[in-house]
Amino acid sequence: MDQKRMLRRFGGFLLLGVLCAVFFLLETVTGSSSISIETVREVLTGQSADEAARRILLDIRLPRAAAALLLGGALSVAGFLLQTFFANPIAGPFVLGISSGAKLTVALAMIASLQSGIALHAGSLVAASFAGSLASMGIILLISGRIRNMAQLIISGVMIGYVCSAVTELAVTFADDANIVNLHNWSMGSFSGTAREDIGVITVIVLTGTAAAFLLSKPLSAYQLGESYAENLGVNLRVFRLLLILLSSLLSACVTAFAGPVSFVGVAVPHLVKGLFGTAKPIIMIPASFLCGAAFCMGCDLLARMLFSPLELSVSTVTAVFGAPVVLWILIRRERERSM
Amino acid sequence: MNGESVLSARALSAGYGRSVIVSGVSFEIRGGEILTLIGANGAGKSTVLRTIAAQLPAVSGSVFLGQSRLAALSEPEIARQMSVLLTERIRTERMTCEEVVETGRYPYTGRLGILSKEDHRIVEEAMALAGVTALREQDFRRISDGQRQCVMLARAIAQEPAVLVLDEPTSFLDIRHKLRLLTLLRALVREKQIAVVQSLHELDLAQRFSDRILCIRSGTAERIGTPEEIFDGGYIERLYDLPAGSYHALYGVAEPEPVRGRPEVFVIGGGGSGIPVYRRLWRQGIPFAAGILPKNDIDYPAAAALAGSVIAAEAFEPIGEAALRQARETMHTCRRVICCREHFGTIEQANALLREEAAAAGLLSET
Repeated sequence: MDQKRMLRRFGGFLLLGVLCAVFFLLETVTGSSSISIETVREVLTGQSADEAARRILLDIRLPRAAAALLLGGALSVAGFLLQTFFANPIAGPFVLGISSGAKLTVALAMIASLQSGIALHAGSLVAASFAGSLASMGIILLISGRIRNMAQLIISGVMIGYVCSAVTELAVTFADDANIVNLHNWSMGSFSGTAREDIGVITVIVLTGTAAAFLLSKPLSAYQLGESYAENLGVNLRVFRLLLILLSSLLSACVTAFAGPVSFVGVAVPHLVKGLFGTAKPIIMIPASFLCGAAFCMGCDLLARMLFSPLELSVSTVTAVFGAPVVLWILIRRERERSM
Repeated sequence: MNGESVLSARALSAGYGRSVIVSGVSFEIRGGEILTLIGANGAGKSTVLRTIAAQLPAVSGSVFLGQSRLAALSEPEIARQMSVLLTERIRTERMTCEEVVETGRYPYTGRLGILSKEDHRIVEEAMALAGVTALREQDFRRISDGQRQCVMLARAIAQEPAVLVLDEPTSFLDIRHKLRLLTLLRALVREKQIAVVQSLHELDLAQRFSDRILCIRSGTAERIGTPEEIFDGGYIERLYDLPAGSYHALYGVAEPEPVRGRPEVFVIGGGGSGIPVYRRLWRQGIPFAAGILPKNDIDYPAAAALAGSVIAAEAFEPIGEAALRQARETMHTCRRVICCREHFGTIEQANALLREEAAAAGLLSET
């Protein structure tokens, strides 16, 4: 039995790893001008003579693929952390309104920078986004102190999301500038806007955040039993809860800063992973969610680009199509379990 | 057995923030002892337990774990010495029972919480002790309440505590599982020399399974003592605000108040034959009298609690003239007489006489 479990976990990681590799490759070779794998290899090893292919790969496709990989992973890990924190299986950065809060502050920061003519550094974008995430998280925390029902918490999150989106729309409407089109694109959720220079910041934040979450897997699994038991197992609840809030906000802030709000990934991916690995242990969940989220987002991004090419869908549209049914499935299954 | 106190409380006040819910809690327990908290609902048993388990700061006074003040110990230090079993249900997700027990080892594992061979051996042993080895691969959500409580006990054992704190461990369990759990606990305490602090609602179980009992009433720890001391002299009725005489400590049974009014039925009982009839009459709301019962008869406590009047005789003595006369008078004011007995012994021929008289007067009834 132990061996069977090990095999399942190994197989799961292998599958996710292969999917990530394949989707990453597809992200680089497909598009309006097709580039062969051979060319990709040449560009990466620095032997390519084809300047156009080099520009497309290094400036557009590789940053985009990397963004989908890293941000998809970050979003899923943030989702898992939030689900554990709220003991709520349908919690996630998007449904709790955290992404929308970040979107609002990032939009405001962008408009301010456009009007004042000061260019925004990637780091300041993340900072603005982080502030918005924390503000939304704070409101959600206040609400969660008053209501225990999981569905009501989610409804509150969705409402916060609507309010933030409305204010964002308002700000965008009244900010007259040619670059607003760009902003609008971003506000729907897309990995296309990620520049080559941003990847460094993204990599640092996402990898640090994920590693920190992984190091928290022991208190996380104690916390899964409930606060009292976690406390009895030696977890310092106050510090732990603060870390959890900061980490999940930071990870979702990073996603929103560069890709806008990407829906349902944070909810759906951890559940797919639980099904695939047959466990909810954080030590498995965090790396597996990262890989699965990366694969999920790259896959959705590919679809968003290819489905109606040359027209491009927002990635949120595609993730919602796949992610929302997972949420419905969770709700139905829970109801069935309760009546059992 | 070592004589040192494993857990003690000195002038402890437990509560939330500054508001005291229970004050004056002082006790000292050694390894191998069970201390049970009893008291009415809402008396504050859980608050005291949560304070002892370091989940609530003490309002005043202190708790000592071994020789150290609880407040001075770090979370991990406490975790290695004390484990808890609480009333709150844990909501697991895709966790087998074994994995739930494994969480008990967390205070001993490293940064990532990976269990060593030794940890696995201890988990194994804890599951065997709690009798849940067979449930190992089962999903924790899909087992019965009784099994779940045993798995939680195994989890607590795996934590290798010096002190085990249990909040109403037997609530929601059927009678078989209640007995099984407490028997298990008793064996565990003896074997591993663990000190147990628990709260129980079942007085009969508290009486049988505890070494010492702490009684909490109207905001204070009113009494502490051995079961014999606590369950004596009608204290239990005061503790729970019951009418005097309604709780019988030897049987562990609390009877409701009698139906008031002039007796309509006279019941001749004795030796346990009367109790079912008393209970039935009580349920039907019929006032009745019971007799003639020696004071050491097992029917006597129930009769004393449920009957409007009881005609009693001195224990171990033949029934005297006075009792017979009184019974006769009472019997003739009743509309019917129920005799629960076929045969009467040598010292209670008075009852045989009563039956004959009832039959002659046409009062004798089957039901």
